[in-house]
Amino acid sequence: MFARGLKRKCADHEEDMGGALAGFRAVPSYSLQRQSLLDMSLVKLQLCHMLVEPNLCRSVLIANTVRQIQEEMTQDGTWRVAAPQSTGRAPLDRLVSTEILCRSMREQDGVHPAPGMGDDHVLGPGSELSTVTSAQTPRDPQNSVWEMDSPRENRGNFQKSLDQIFETLETRNPSSAEELFSDMDSSYYDLDTVLTGVVSRAEPGPCDGLQGLPPVATPASSSSCKSDLGELDHVMEILVET
Amino acid sequence: GSLQSPPGRRPRSCRLRAPAPGPSSPFFGINCLCISLTADIISTVEFNYSGDLLATGDKGGRVVIFQREQENKSRPHSRGEYNVYSTFQSHEPEFDYLKSLEIEEKINKIRWLPQQNAAHFLLSTNDKTIKLWKISERDKRAEGYNLKDEDGRLRDPFRITALRVPILKPMDLMVEASPRRIFANAHTYHINSISVNSDHETYLSADDLRINLWHLEITDRSFNIVDMKPANMEELAEVITAAEFHPHQCNVLVYSSSKGTVRLCDMRSSALCDRHSKFFEEPEDPSSRSFFSEIISSISDVKFSHSGRYMMTRDYLSVKVWDLNMESRPVETHQVHEYLRSKLCSLYENDCIFDKFECCWNGSDSAIMTGSYNNFFRMFDRNARRDVTLEASRENSKPRASLKPRKVCTGGKRKKDEISVDSLDFNKKILHTAWHPLENIIAVAATNNLYIFQDKVN
Repeated sequence: MFARGLKRKCADHEEDMGGALAGFRAVPSYSLQRQSLLDMSLVKLQLCHMLVEPNLCRSVLIANTVRQIQEEMTQDGTWRVAAPQSTGRAPLDRLVSTEILCRSMREQDGVHPAPGMGDDHVLGPGSELSTVTSAQTPRDPQNSVWEMDSPRENRGNFQKSLDQIFETLETRNPSSAEELFSDMDSSYYDLDTVLTGVVSRAEPGPCDGLQGLPPVATPASSSSCKSDLGELDHVMEILVET
Repeated sequence: GSLQSPPGRRPRSCRLRAPAPGPSSPFFGINCLCISLTADIISTVEFNYSGDLLATGDKGGRVVIFQREQENKSRPHSRGEYNVYSTFQSHEPEFDYLKSLEIEEKINKIRWLPQQNAAHFLLSTNDKTIKLWKISERDKRAEGYNLKDEDGRLRDPFRITALRVPILKPMDLMVEASPRRIFANAHTYHINSISVNSDHETYLSADDLRINLWHLEITDRSFNIVDMKPANMEELAEVITAAEFHPHQCNVLVYSSSKGTVRLCDMRSSALCDRHSKFFEEPEDPSSRSFFSEIISSISDVKFSHSGRYMMTRDYLSVKVWDLNMESRPVETHQVHEYLRSKLCSLYENDCIFDKFECCWNGSDSAIMTGSYNNFFRMFDRNARRDVTLEASRENSKPRASLKPRKVCTGGKRKKDEISVDSLDFNKKILHTAWHPLENIIAVAATNNLYIFQDKVN
């Protein structure tokens, strides 16, 4: 996907793009990349709840990354704004992952993102895209696996804020049995069922939940690190259903 | 080699001498001693205090111990080879019914106890349970029992007309491993470290949020000495990644965190080491800040030097040596694979950015070693200020042939023997390495291959 790691300052992209275009193209490209990183991180946090207890260090690091992005987007005010369409066709995988995140959002038509921390700012950038994606995303068996009936969906399986994610991690590590039973969040078990329907039950390997996916034809990727993107490519391919 | 300390002496008593550059430097003339193929992915490697034994733990919960062959004048070339000494199943997979989760049998760490008698003892741990194993040899068996036959059947007491004293007869060497203590149910989170104290009576075990202190004789209770769990789990932003006792001061320990910090604690100051005595953190370079800054600053391993004066930390891209008297910044920083800095986003996508590399000192603290990708490992000579990249692969490891240094091409025209960053195999990662405490012998775990390399001596 990206040849360079993301940098905070837009000026850092100038060297990639050439001086003349830098001012014009740097800002939207950075927002796109940042949004993509946010989406990727949220998917990672969900995928890590497999058979074995998730790696807490990894979850904390990803969650901190999400917090950083959210803070920056809140400061920029960009989480209210639609992602720019200047590139014409945004990467389909990004749209789909945003669509998954915003699925329940579409059900509640006309919800406005509230300022500050909370579930909504995750939905913000994607909500404007929801009408676009529902037209573009093919309806197929795999996509329908992600669709879940109302009550669990409305509890926001995929829109869980970081708080709720950690609360559920906490639930999984109860200090007493009472805590376990009182706070049991069954939506996570449903999520596991959903995920095991999509992905094969593979043993957690070096790339955890991403490794057990069936191989799919590789899409054209501009990544310069193709060999090491094998596993995530497979995830995205399944989501995109190429 | 010039770094070799006299056999039988503890490393800390030998003087450091800078090696002369060239073939006599320990980084040239490294050849492969032996390669061992294990059934499962190796997850930990550790020499014992004398270096005669090398223990490996794997993902299947097995421990394999190798023993160094004694010098044999009739077979000079086999000197120093490591052969399998003992294999046993340390941990089994378990199922936590309360949480509906599997507990992996993978051995996260092995630590040897100092040898006190003929038997060897080691601690091995998976995510939840630590076990103390006794490894003992049996090379004699008793014959001539009174109450039973040679094949073990009980003799009819009325048939016994005379008493005899059983005699010991030699038998083929048998190495037995038996679990002597099981330290369980003390960790809610996944154990990442164990460390034996210099008092040889206690040890610590650390998980993501807590560190417990145990007495080796007592299994039903442990003391919690560090607790990083926030009152509200929603506020969790930092976890413990590694912990170790000081090699000589039995009241001092360090633990590293996912935010790139190391805290040194003195157990004498309070029972619960919530307040650290020292806090080691290098200030961030604002010009290189990115969304991945915190992740790559996360420390995956911390190791005291044998002298106890320094400690080394491993983060994703570098190894840092710290003077325990200076908390503000490390005294040395060694880049392991700086060419990955521009690939961080891809490495985040494929989860490689979360790989936990270990690091180790040589016996005299003059050199350090750590692993990388593509089965590369890196060795840094602190005195001579040189480093080398070597590869652990069967094709390149001919017996008695020196390993060729490898080079990664970072841009521009690739030279003949160089490998480009995009060709690196990120599935071939060397996370675990160990250095013989006295000699220039190193053990490198490459997935399920154990390589033992030796510096060409004499």
